[in-house]
Amino acid sequence: MDLYSEIILDHYKHPHNKGLLKKHTHRTKELNPLCGDSLEIDLEIDKKGKIKNIGISPKGCAISTASASIFSDYLIGKTLKQVEKIKNEDIIKMLNIEITPGRFKCATLPLMTIKKIFN
Amino acid sequence: MLDPLKIKRDFPIFKRKINKKPIVFLDNAASTEKPKCVIDAIKDCYENYYANVHRGIYNLSEETTSAYESARKKTADFINAKSENEIIFTRNATEAINLIAYSWGNTFIKKGDEIILSVMEHHSNLVPWQELAKRKGAKIRVIPLKKDFTLDFEVYKKLISKKTKLLTLTAMSNVLGTINPIKKFIKEAKKHNITVIIDGAQSVPHLKTDVQDLDCDFLAFSSHKMLGPSGVGVLYGTSKILKKMPPFLYGGDMIKEVTQFKSTYTDIPWKFEAGTPNIADVIAFQKAIEYIEKIGLKNIEDHEKTLLSYAKEKFSKYKQVHLYSPKTEISGGILSFNIKGIHPHDAATIFNTENVCIRASQHCASPLMKALGVGSTNRMSFYIYNTKEDIDKAEIALKKVLKIFKI
Repeated sequence: MDLYSEIILDHYKHPHNKGLLKKHTHRTKELNPLCGDSLEIDLEIDKKGKIKNIGISPKGCAISTASASIFSDYLIGKTLKQVEKIKNEDIIKMLNIEITPGRFKCATLPLMTIKKIFN
Repeated sequence: MLDPLKIKRDFPIFKRKINKKPIVFLDNAASTEKPKCVIDAIKDCYENYYANVHRGIYNLSEETTSAYESARKKTADFINAKSENEIIFTRNATEAINLIAYSWGNTFIKKGDEIILSVMEHHSNLVPWQELAKRKGAKIRVIPLKKDFTLDFEVYKKLISKKTKLLTLTAMSNVLGTINPIKKFIKEAKKHNITVIIDGAQSVPHLKTDVQDLDCDFLAFSSHKMLGPSGVGVLYGTSKILKKMPPFLYGGDMIKEVTQFKSTYTDIPWKFEAGTPNIADVIAFQKAIEYIEKIGLKNIEDHEKTLLSYAKEKFSKYKQVHLYSPKTEISGGILSFNIKGIHPHDAATIFNTENVCIRASQHCASPLMKALGVGSTNRMSFYIYNTKEDIDKAEIALKKVLKIFKI
């Protein structure tokens, strides 16, 4: 069962950077209409333009929650310019599991959420 | 009693194995598999007597027209309509409901009128009414759910007023399986001269439906949920009401006389079937009805109740499992459940590794999910080819979910 690796299950049960930030420069939210899941992300950008702090509030399945957790660790220290360049394939690679077509939207929800900043 | 193993042999898809294991198909409320006789009927039409309907003077077209109209007669008889002229073929039940909302709704719903529907409606019997209400300045009133997963009849009675023009209600919930006592609801509506639409997408494939006995004005259902091809929906309407309604779509095959600047329209039901219809699939739909009749709706109902009761018994043994299901006596073969701490998408993904096809979503019933206080549910739904062994396999999948998530 490749999809539910120990790492994924651990991130699901104990997501990193959980909880929204009191002090944030950006707040963004996205829904997955297929299942009603949602993800909220807060960012605090420092004076150098880098992500200093991140807070996530995931309401969803193991895949989307673990993906949000793993992605949130990755985002710390990145500039928004770097964030803008991240592609779906990049986030799939970070998860290091086999994503079936039916679960693609779960895995990429964190990226969709963060990209809303640029709209 | 019906023999599901014998029935399964009539469905070519069950010969298929995925990862060397047979398919356990428990998503029948979404769509059913097709028996060989239905598949053969489509092939037979295209290979042997296909031409456009209603126009040709030649043999082929006459044969096709006769088969197409024979399906209409069969459909009328199946739901005990007074006449085949009360049967309109659409693309699906959703389109049937939209046809009513645009044709009847645009004509007869006025500003300040009220439409009553229930909290358990599928989006297809909610969104068209939201849009009509928006167009007309009408209001939607909602029949709530009681703790026993049935609709609150007392509240319904109180919702009725002089402003109420329409009751539109599902006969069976696609999430809970609840069979609504629609006859009682319709009787109450008729006392107040309210037009009634019944969404029969879930009920017609499983329960005997008699539109004259029900006394509803409209009934909508879909072929693909009852062994027939996708792309065929049915709208039943009484001749009385259909005759008062303007066409929905305009164009070929629905006209009486056309001049350069104005036209008149033909009689029911054809005035509601603009353009070339889904000929071969409608013809094959007749075979699906005949197959169901051969098995018998009473046998189907009994079989599904046996499976539901077996599944409830199995799944309720697990303290981590929460069932959203009314008493078995008033439920169709649908069982929604959640597993504590496990998102339905994750559960369904693991069920899939055992080739057990279940649905995990809001089931196009978002307001009901809210009423239940959940984001989504897992859902098993049964039909004639399902066996107790299928449910045993679902239980094996459930155990696997609990093991992987260590719950």
